[in-house]
Amino acid sequence: MRIAIASGKGGTGKTTVAVNLALSLAAHQSVQLVDCDVEEPNDHIFLHFRADQVRSVGKLLPRVDENLCTYCGKCAEACEFKAIAIIGNKVLVYNDLCHGCGLCAMVCPTGAITETPHELGIIESGEADGFQFARGVLNIGEAMATPIIHELKDELDPNHLAILDAPPGTGCPAIAAIHGADIALLVTESTPFGLHDLRAAVGVARSLSVPVAVIINRYGIGDDRVESYCAAEGIPIVLTIPFSREIASLYSRGIPFVKELAEWRDRFIVLYEALEKVATS
Amino acid sequence: MTICITSTGQSLDAPINPSFGRAPYFLFVDPETETAQAVKNTPGAHGAGVQAAQIVASNKATVVITGNVGPNAYQGLSAANIEIYVGAKGSARAALDDYNAGRLSLAQGPTGAPHGGRR
Repeated sequence: MRIAIASGKGGTGKTTVAVNLALSLAAHQSVQLVDCDVEEPNDHIFLHFRADQVRSVGKLLPRVDENLCTYCGKCAEACEFKAIAIIGNKVLVYNDLCHGCGLCAMVCPTGAITETPHELGIIESGEADGFQFARGVLNIGEAMATPIIHELKDELDPNHLAILDAPPGTGCPAIAAIHGADIALLVTESTPFGLHDLRAAVGVARSLSVPVAVIINRYGIGDDRVESYCAAEGIPIVLTIPFSREIASLYSRGIPFVKELAEWRDRFIVLYEALEKVATS
Repeated sequence: MTICITSTGQSLDAPINPSFGRAPYFLFVDPETETAQAVKNTPGAHGAGVQAAQIVASNKATVVITGNVGPNAYQGLSAANIEIYVGAKGSARAALDDYNAGRLSLAQGPTGAPHGGRR
């Protein structure tokens, strides 16, 4: 089973849920935890992790040989992302806009375009606290997170449980992490922002045909609007985590709360069983 | 000489559009006769600034008058040696007067953030 932990809104507790769920289940089964929030990965802060393997991830960028280029503009016309432009007798390549698809090189009638690798970031992997852990790290200044997330997913062992800590939001990086999951576990809080962004995240997951379940974090703040929404939409609320000083204090010291509050391990195991039901229903 | 003014409409009396790449229209103006030809801009999901720079260059404008210009558009326009005057306000006609009177500043780099036309 593959669980994507997503949220829409940032700061709702995706990392808290991902790390505590992985720790709770690792005693009973083989677990892979993957930090897909490559712009700001932070699962490792709560884990004892030393990377065994580090590898580079990149995309292919077009390089144009201006001796061969006739400025016909076929590449610029073909590019969905406007990453290559012919302006006057100049070819401009916009590295940040390029998705590395290679179409420009395919349509070039004179063979002036070759594709060259460009590093976007790295993937670190190894063992952490009794399970397999991997994280992507986007290089500073790079804009495109999705190729790293796709490679993180390609490395998963489909025979074992995978927990993906997705990036916040509902843009391309979040979609890349949620796509192909058996369930999207959406972490929210019952505030106007929490509900607004939960709705957006539910929309994304449903458009990808991924079933959804909700965790309400900091339960007790705000009001009951998230519960009303979930009831109306038929979305199961599989766990509530109280707005508790004890949990916040452990978090602030980088300690996953299941390590100190043992009763929560069982709650995460029950949560997992509920997710299996939602994913297969 | 041809001047391009980013506009919300098809005439010189329409208000200018403050951002470059996602302006609804480009007005290509002959400053001698003050006649304008409007070209509709239909940016896609990506690379609006790049596409707009190509439209301006292919219509042989040598000056752009707009509110702000983002980094991708700036790079494209600069490659075509097009001068970009920013800070335009009011109608396209008023912006043209401001340009003629030297009241607009020549951009020395991008003046807006990427995706500025989407905010």
